[in-house]
Amino acid sequence: MTQIIYDGTYEGWLTAVFEIYEYKLNDIVFAKKEASATLLFSNNHLVTTDIAKAKRVLEGLKPRLSSEGFEGIYKAFLSEVSQIEEIMFRFVQYVFSSSKNVEQDFGNSIVLDLKKATRLTRKEAHRMEAFVRFKLTKDQLYYGIIEPDCDVLPLIENHFKKRYADQRWLIYDAKRKYGIYYDLENVAVVELQFNSKFNSAQYLTEICDDQEEFFQSLWRKYFSSVNIESRKNMKLHVQHMPKRYWKHMIEKIPEIK
Amino acid sequence: MVNERVMEKLGILADAAKYDVSCSSALSKRENKDKGLGNAKGYGICHAFTEDGRCVSLLKILLTNHCIFDCAYCVSRKSNDVKRAAFTVQEVVDLTIGFYRRNYIEGLFLSSGIFDNADYTMERLVRIAKKLRLEENFNGYIHLKAIPGASDELLKEAGIYADRLSVNVEMPTEQSLKLLAPDKNHKDVIKPMHYLKNEIAGHKEEKKRNYKAPLFAPAGQSTQMVIGATKESDFEILGMADYFYQQMNMKRVYYSGYVPISYDNRLPAIGTPVPIIRENRLYQADWLIRYYGFNVNEIVGFNQPNLDLDIDPKLGWALRNLNQFPVDINTADLELIKRIPGIGHLSAAKIVAARKFKKLFPEDLKKLGIAYSRAKYFLAFASPFQLQKDLTSLQIKDQILNSQKSKYKNDFSNQLALF
Repeated sequence: MTQIIYDGTYEGWLTAVFEIYEYKLNDIVFAKKEASATLLFSNNHLVTTDIAKAKRVLEGLKPRLSSEGFEGIYKAFLSEVSQIEEIMFRFVQYVFSSSKNVEQDFGNSIVLDLKKATRLTRKEAHRMEAFVRFKLTKDQLYYGIIEPDCDVLPLIENHFKKRYADQRWLIYDAKRKYGIYYDLENVAVVELQFNSKFNSAQYLTEICDDQEEFFQSLWRKYFSSVNIESRKNMKLHVQHMPKRYWKHMIEKIPEIK
Repeated sequence: MVNERVMEKLGILADAAKYDVSCSSALSKRENKDKGLGNAKGYGICHAFTEDGRCVSLLKILLTNHCIFDCAYCVSRKSNDVKRAAFTVQEVVDLTIGFYRRNYIEGLFLSSGIFDNADYTMERLVRIAKKLRLEENFNGYIHLKAIPGASDELLKEAGIYADRLSVNVEMPTEQSLKLLAPDKNHKDVIKPMHYLKNEIAGHKEEKKRNYKAPLFAPAGQSTQMVIGATKESDFEILGMADYFYQQMNMKRVYYSGYVPISYDNRLPAIGTPVPIIRENRLYQADWLIRYYGFNVNEIVGFNQPNLDLDIDPKLGWALRNLNQFPVDINTADLELIKRIPGIGHLSAAKIVAARKFKKLFPEDLKKLGIAYSRAKYFLAFASPFQLQKDLTSLQIKDQILNSQKSKYKNDFSNQLALF
């Protein structure tokens, strides 16, 4: 068994795929650099990310898949589910071994496993387009914090850029400790440390725009006013809006007094 | 700018608007222009879900709940003793923009009680939409109510700024409308629908010839019927819906289970449960008509005026038409596969794609995410699955009901024993 150690990036994984074919490696498992400090396996293959190699793999895949299927591999990667690298590799192997497009071979578990991961990311990206709650600061920056299961920021960037073309905004992934920031021209990836007290009353008065707290109250008021008590269905409520997202959603955070 | 008084108004006017169930923000592609605010991509976004499980996509409010009409089923009826309020045009604009910029909503759903007369009310709704589009360069979603009796000129202007317009038919039949809404006239409801249908179609044609032509209610029109307040059968309700889909090119017909809010003896008493199951079955039937190629007459008819409450309408149809089964999913047309209980239209499309690679077996179907425990009674597979074939409709129904944990099971355990 060979352990393929790569840097945890998509390009790194693509480079690894290239080298698995190049060196005819069999019986492989993937490991990210930092996670593989203990070498459990006798055979290690260390991958140095190489954009040229990554590109060749992508060029090989592109004509064999629809654009949706092609992007689906990247989305699956962003899902960060356990053993996703192996799932993706088995799929890519199947794609390369077949003469026709196999992405709709839903009777095949390799295809289904990949599809499942793709769907997970896509679904959460859509959820984050919906659940981001911006707060306005004194210097007119709209910022929102999320903690998604999948690494969705790369997928939602364009949506927010087009929608909020005339306001500066920042969306920060507190789980992965990076954010995307739009400065009215471009979106850039930013790394910063966020104060954990961002929800405190003091923070609101010090940092936020004068109207911010009032708008949050208005939104809470609206959210509770549109509910129809005689149709209460908490199971459905939680199914659509899972609890793990609540801590950043204004309507689900009790008002700070 | 917005202030404390707005908070109270929002409470009153959101509460009064919530019985309008439409919350769709889909079907309109309105691109951000000149670096303005908002961009509608054509698919809707549900920004939150209330505790009753319904989606919150739009800021849904009444401009005012003052109303000169006295419709028995409506909380804002003239004779009802409730707090009244009215927003100013600027307040609605500020709320919409403030909410949209914070990513709380996709846009605005604006309705209103009728104050003074139809044109006076409609003119204010239009003014808000116009201000949002022209002064705020807002490209988010706007759904406006078309007030019955408003002039064609105002409706036309509304269509230019709004993504969707809707006139609520409210009651499934003219008689019921007469009974419960004596100030309203069925003709007044149908007339603006006709007008909008023609305008929407005309602008669409125009847009094909000239891509710069203005949009006109690109997300089409919709309507809503209150169900369970009057004694119409599902046959009458779905027949009316079908008329709207066929004759008015409606994008959606909404069914709103009546929530008792009045002691009026023409209506179900306060405390009567909301007909949630029936509403659900009507939506299922509506889907069958729009996405599954069913004809209304296959789902309900003179000898079967109401939908089954204990099973969904597709299963109901299949059990009445066992002669159409079993279906061989490896060879049958997509249209036929869509009719198999337990297989949705997306799964049906997957099956048709997957069978090009290999012959599909029960194991494959289970992995595809279909409800196999339901579908198996209707599938033609080699043995041992032939075992199902001698069961009667009643036996199949019993087995399915026993094998599933229906969310409605408690509602039926007593009722079923009566039959």
